[in-house]
Amino acid sequence: MKLLVSPSPHLHSGDSIEKNMYGVIIALIPAFICSILFFGTGAIIVTLTSVLACLFFEYIIQKYLLRQQPTIFDGSAFLTGVLLAFNVPSNLPVWIIIIGALVAIGIGKMSFGGLGCNIFNPALVGRVFLLISFPVQMTTWPLAQGFAGSYTDAQTGATPLTLLKEAVKTGQSVNDLLVADTFIGYKEMFLGHMGGSLGEVAAWALLIGFAYMLIRKIITWHIPVTIFATVIVFSGILHLCNPDQFAGPLFHLLSGGMMLGAIFMATDYVTSPMSHKGMFIFGAGIGILTVVIRVFGAYPEGMSFAILIMNAFTPLINRYCKPTRFA
Amino acid sequence: MLKTFRIGGVHPPENKLSANGKIIVLTLPEQVIIPLSQHIGAPATPIVQKGDTVKAGQLIAQATGFVSANIHSSVSGTIVAIDNVTDAAGLSKPAITIKVEGDEWENGIDRTEKIEHNIALSQEEIIKAIAAAGIVGMGGATFPTQVKLTPPPGNKAEFLIINGVECEPYLTSDHRIMLEKAEEIIIGVQILMKAIGVKKAIIGIENNKKDAIAHLQQIADKTPEIEICPLKVKYPQGGEKQLIQATTGRTVPSGALPIAVGAVVQNAGTALAVYEAVMKHKPLIERVVTVTGKSVKNPGNYLCRIGTPVSKLLEAAGGIPEDTAKVIGGGPMMGRTMLNIDSPVMKGTSGILLISDKEARRSPVRNCIRCSKCVSVCPMGLEPYLLAKLATFNLLERLEEEKVMDCIECGSCSFTCPSARPLLDYIRLGKTRTGAMLRNRKK
Repeated sequence: MKLLVSPSPHLHSGDSIEKNMYGVIIALIPAFICSILFFGTGAIIVTLTSVLACLFFEYIIQKYLLRQQPTIFDGSAFLTGVLLAFNVPSNLPVWIIIIGALVAIGIGKMSFGGLGCNIFNPALVGRVFLLISFPVQMTTWPLAQGFAGSYTDAQTGATPLTLLKEAVKTGQSVNDLLVADTFIGYKEMFLGHMGGSLGEVAAWALLIGFAYMLIRKIITWHIPVTIFATVIVFSGILHLCNPDQFAGPLFHLLSGGMMLGAIFMATDYVTSPMSHKGMFIFGAGIGILTVVIRVFGAYPEGMSFAILIMNAFTPLINRYCKPTRFA
Repeated sequence: MLKTFRIGGVHPPENKLSANGKIIVLTLPEQVIIPLSQHIGAPATPIVQKGDTVKAGQLIAQATGFVSANIHSSVSGTIVAIDNVTDAAGLSKPAITIKVEGDEWENGIDRTEKIEHNIALSQEEIIKAIAAAGIVGMGGATFPTQVKLTPPPGNKAEFLIINGVECEPYLTSDHRIMLEKAEEIIIGVQILMKAIGVKKAIIGIENNKKDAIAHLQQIADKTPEIEICPLKVKYPQGGEKQLIQATTGRTVPSGALPIAVGAVVQNAGTALAVYEAVMKHKPLIERVVTVTGKSVKNPGNYLCRIGTPVSKLLEAAGGIPEDTAKVIGGGPMMGRTMLNIDSPVMKGTSGILLISDKEARRSPVRNCIRCSKCVSVCPMGLEPYLLAKLATFNLLERLEEEKVMDCIECGSCSFTCPSARPLLDYIRLGKTRTGAMLRNRKK
């Protein structure tokens, strides 16, 4: 009788790349439902296009350029597609989304060597490329009108962050902004009833996804909680120093890509540190950089850049931050 | 709150299929093959010749040097060969083959069931008796016990810790002896305490053996110096360093031995063997072996003679199931696959596990996705993904820096990896080469 011989261990937990990738995608379902409720058909078209384009590009690059067995069903390109979609406005033209997917997968992931080898979060690489190449389309945000708004002809408006940037530039105080008619209020910000990219608006939906991923042990709490804590402390200090010029922590937590970025983008396995100590440094860096760019930089939103900058530090962080040794 | 070790650990399914299987005495085989090396250290030197008749319990090979162990015949019969045989791993190793004739035992061995309580021997006499009986660590490590009981000068023992954890899935031999031979084990513990001169012993048992914990607690009630410590079920709780940390809170420093924190650890089966050697004058010639597996007809715990071919155990357990792909000596996390099912049961064989192709076959290896799950589960706080990579590129100095020698080879990393990367395979390679480099440096 033929016996298999191999070294121990002879058991496997059953965990797989697919379980983790599709698990994250499942965690994004509440946010996706919200995006459809708030942005209507645009949300569906953008997400579908992004996902299909990412899968397509990964397939042809792997099969025809790299001559490897395509791995498009492992869930990673699918996830990149979803996250790229969630980072852009719901009325972004299809051809721009496709270019974004090509950059995200082709440059952000495959050029580094494929899954596990990239330094920067591929969805963010795609998103930032689009932001810089198509600044107008990438900063025109449809209002949250649900199916009443149309994909091709959406009514657009400012996001809370753009309002803040404008206000401070024109000398308005933060307080004036908060009491103005144009400000929707924190409750609406939490629920997501505001302008913004597809996936970033509904804080509560994203937090449900966070809880789901924690329960399924897909990610740990360290990176998101550190980002939130750093943002609270840093923006809190600024706000205390000059409440008229600087918005408070709650505003920063609920606006822009903060929730989406902290929970889903910064926690990307490949581009984040491997030890808890490293994750604390990584999260703190992102929190500080995001507030700095939002408050002192030219862009109203800083999360994407902050994460990409800290991605660059991850190998260095890994080299010097070691897990707690047994002895 | 149950005590446990602080970092890492995994939860493989327990599958203790044979936990309720009372120990069955296996009938004698037709022949036994007794390897000369069933322990860490130098193989024993034969003192018999082909054609000699021997009795069960007779010394047939002597320990070669200090770190070695005596070997006794487990049966009565005639020696048919003293030569190299193919062992379970397919390697050629020297062994003594004996044709079994009757079941005569050496004079002086007390085979009665009567439990002897009075430990008359002195500390030195105890250690001598243990060495004479050829006792080695029966949890699987097979370290010669008399060496462990003789700490290097300058080291003082404070606790004796008994490993009744049995954290490997499927294995139940320690569970059963703690239930059926509890009094003997407690006396064995007392003998060991006297041997190393300590006043306190802790028996660590995982909480999935509640009946054994309760039973031992009842028996140890009269002996307050022996504490029964239930532990959280988490692999690898049975690892020496993890056990010491969970039961005493002390952490053995990197590169040091347990004695550095005043601890001496012995397996529960070893404690039983010590009782039998010191109180019944019986050398180590038989042990309880769990035969188990999801498709095995009669999973159970069999008391069998050292040298019994594994095939005989498999017969008793109802034969080899059709879907068997791997025969493992030991548990699924750290056991060794066997090529040859006629190879013998040895002193360290705690169990034989048969698993199907579906359970056994490894998935295709994929890219590391840097999820850091291997880092979270490593009980020694190492970074398996990094150690595996360094080993691939043979960066030995970096491996040393990253403490590869601290790895206890528990397999939690490979078990967990979503990309099915053979982390432990590469880490073991790295350990071997780094170990050689370190030894060369000392010279």
